[in-house]
Amino acid sequence: MSKSFSAIGSAAQDEEIDREVFTPGIEPQATWCPGCGDFGVLKALKGAMPEVGRTPDETLLVTGIGCSGKLSSYFESYGVHSIHGRSLPVARAAKLANPGLEVIAAGGDGDGYGIGGNHFMHTARENHDMTYIVFNNEIFGLTKGQTSPTSPKGHKSKTQPHGSAKDPIRPLSMALTAGASYVARTAAVNPRQATEILTEAIEHDGFAHIDFLTQCPTWNKDAKQYVPYTDVQQSDEFDFDVSDRREAAEMMHETEDKLYEGEVLTGRFYVDEDRRSYGEEKRSTGEMPEDPLAEQYFDDDYDWERSYDLLDVHK
Amino acid sequence: MTGTELIWRIAGGSGDGIDSTSQSFTKALMRAGLHVFTHRHYPSRIRGGHTYVEVRAAEHEVKSRGDGYNFLLALGDSFARNPQDEAYYGNEEAKPLSENLDDLREGGVIVYDEGLLDESEIDDFDQRVEDNDWHVYPMDLRGIAREHGREIMRNTAGVAVTAALLGMETDPFEELMSDNMGGDILEDNLTVLEEAYQQTAELEHTHELEAPTAEPHDDQQVLLNGSNALAYGAIDEGCRFIAGYPMTPWTDVFTIMSQHLPELGGISEQVEDEIAAAALAIGASHAGAKAMSGSSGGGFALMSEPLGLAEMTETPLVLVEAMRAGPSTGMPTKPEQADLEHVLYTSQGDSNRVVFAPGNVAECYDQAREAFRVAYEYQIPAVIVIDQKLSGEMTNVPESHFDREPNPDLGSTLTEEEIAEAPHHASGKFNRFQHDPENGVSPRSIPGQEGGRYLASGNEHTPQGHISEDPDNRVAQTDRRLRKLDAIREDLDSTDLDRQTAYGPDDADYGILVWGSQQPTVEEAVDRLNDDGHSVKALGVSDLMPYPKQDVTEFLESVEECLVVEMNASAQFRGLTQKELGRFGEKLTSLLKYNGNPFEPGEIVEGFDVQVNGGSEPPTAQVRLEPATGD
Repeated sequence: MSKSFSAIGSAAQDEEIDREVFTPGIEPQATWCPGCGDFGVLKALKGAMPEVGRTPDETLLVTGIGCSGKLSSYFESYGVHSIHGRSLPVARAAKLANPGLEVIAAGGDGDGYGIGGNHFMHTARENHDMTYIVFNNEIFGLTKGQTSPTSPKGHKSKTQPHGSAKDPIRPLSMALTAGASYVARTAAVNPRQATEILTEAIEHDGFAHIDFLTQCPTWNKDAKQYVPYTDVQQSDEFDFDVSDRREAAEMMHETEDKLYEGEVLTGRFYVDEDRRSYGEEKRSTGEMPEDPLAEQYFDDDYDWERSYDLLDVHK
Repeated sequence: MTGTELIWRIAGGSGDGIDSTSQSFTKALMRAGLHVFTHRHYPSRIRGGHTYVEVRAAEHEVKSRGDGYNFLLALGDSFARNPQDEAYYGNEEAKPLSENLDDLREGGVIVYDEGLLDESEIDDFDQRVEDNDWHVYPMDLRGIAREHGREIMRNTAGVAVTAALLGMETDPFEELMSDNMGGDILEDNLTVLEEAYQQTAELEHTHELEAPTAEPHDDQQVLLNGSNALAYGAIDEGCRFIAGYPMTPWTDVFTIMSQHLPELGGISEQVEDEIAAAALAIGASHAGAKAMSGSSGGGFALMSEPLGLAEMTETPLVLVEAMRAGPSTGMPTKPEQADLEHVLYTSQGDSNRVVFAPGNVAECYDQAREAFRVAYEYQIPAVIVIDQKLSGEMTNVPESHFDREPNPDLGSTLTEEEIAEAPHHASGKFNRFQHDPENGVSPRSIPGQEGGRYLASGNEHTPQGHISEDPDNRVAQTDRRLRKLDAIREDLDSTDLDRQTAYGPDDADYGILVWGSQQPTVEEAVDRLNDDGHSVKALGVSDLMPYPKQDVTEFLESVEECLVVEMNASAQFRGLTQKELGRFGEKLTSLLKYNGNPFEPGEIVEGFDVQVNGGSEPPTAQVRLEPATGD
């Protein structure tokens, strides 16, 4: 077998990458509703990839289930359309097995903060070198409009006809507390910022969590729910140090409170450039091989040890 | 029984070193040329409680635990006491002695630690000793250990007393201690060993039992349990990624893999839950590594969802299901074979997987290798089913059994050159899920390979990987996925391995059908029955899916009646056999045991006896006969 991963990481230096290579040759029929914020995520991702300098063959996009899960159908790269809430465990193992891959995981607010909440917490804790985009439209879309973990308190739906008695999840604070080293919020209605943040997140060496506000014109009737928005980095009103965990936490709390009062704050809320990614940590303790695992199988000269020597202690 | 067979039971509290002491003892016997087999019994508790290990040793091959035992070393439960010497889990101190007496054979030997145990606490002890002609040696093992070393070394003193009473030399034990320890600890242990041996030699012996002796083994032997053998099979077949969550008894396999993989250039991940564990294995496998995960009953239930994802995305995946008694968390440290239907049928849809159930320690190695080979060749999940018994029991296996080449081949995977030549669809994209291959397998690409991009979706998808609800496509893809099982059946039949294990004379008129860990016990029962003038043979079935219809049909056609032996209450394997073969119901009687302990060979002999003599009464209170039903 020939070497098969030799191309990884080299394209960036060699040639410019056109965003159109991330559009599938045969456009599958989009099943997102007209005006859906998910189109904004797709557009921003396609815009970010050339900036990062990665080719579709070097990229693995792992999605969950729901409207957000369809992202992998409309984005040209290697992809796994996995199961509800489980994109993170699939994605992080792929990254461990082949650290050369650019691994991006995506899910929705039900998918990522509800059923996949446990995986979110632990993937952030481990600080895997990957990007996690959560499409947050405060509603279950594909199952037709049930209350989600980010739906506001009092939100009425067919499954909570008296109005939700639960406070919404605070995803930014959760990500920070769990250990994510990059936490941001952007919105589909702000494509320039979204592309910038995605680029930065993908380039970030560690777990980058992006709470991506996406309007749902079908089930959250107000398609402009996140307009107007304020970019905290562009506004004079907010002055905080994104590398300071306490200041970031305070800013996140303010942001998360204000979202439900109708004031949308977006931007980078926490960036830790110093923390080592999980792969690096694991390599430093001898728990990760120097040769990427996936490459070992394609290396004809790799010296495969067998259990024979392990038998000595059993004699 | 003199000299022919020793079944030594060491009893005490969990955490008192019963396991490690018994392992050293077993290894010493193996090195002396004997065949050995261990049986573990322990509570779901870290310290204290009653635990024992039985070590059976003989000049001839021993495949299972025996019926009862003939030497008890009762060490006392040091952890039943708190520092004030007051029992705080109830008075369990006498248990290592009292709990074990029922199974001790007539003429057997009892050594107990009089520093910790008091025979007067046990009702009718003297009477039972007299009735059964037991030979009792109270020894102050704790005192000897304290005086010449440390209290924990009373196990060493117990081994020395055993050796002295059975006429064994201490050399092999000294040798093993030197292998495993050093410094003061070694010196103290050696002193304790010597002192206890001398004190015992001065006693007047009243028993006849002696240690069996044998010529040294021709081949180098290794002492392994099923978990070790399974892990080594996975390693030799190129598995370098494991993800798991601890759960008894799966933890054994997980621990062994975790200890070795980093040194072998692999990765082990302990993760947040079993859903994540199986999903990680899928992610690693998708990215081009040989990966496995696993669990026990309840944890495996969580893996149902990723199991289906692996099947739909055709990602190779190997899972281990180390069964324990259920339902729910059941009895965590007790064996049962009641997850069979769970393993076969869990996950939604027309879902298929390969399921192997090794029957003994050596087969754990072989079938782990086969599970990986088949999973990667056919891009399908493979489940290896073992149980708490097979996972923990140790026996000697010739080292040459493991002397095979490593196999890192990823199976049906293309190189970049092959991808360039492979069928592509109109947009130039790699056709990942083709309809046409005869064996159902469409070779895959690995993320990072140039030109191999595709979408692996858990939704139904077209040959190009696009999500699709087109009815024609649905039928074609479903049929293709199901075709794999037929191809795998053919493949398995054509391998050199004797997959279903036939045992006993070909022309026997009575059959015993068995699966998994009870296979060696049945083989021993078959030997005894034939020695007693019956005509019996057995078939140990390892392939549960795809089911070996031809092998089992031929076997059942060749016998007049058949006993199906398994450790569950609902006769799950008999049910599977009848479902797969559609007949033979009138020939099949089940012999079932589900009290948390595996069969003893004698119980199978008795079950057979009751059955052939026309009765349907249970042979003992612990097992149940379920008569044939007719079709």
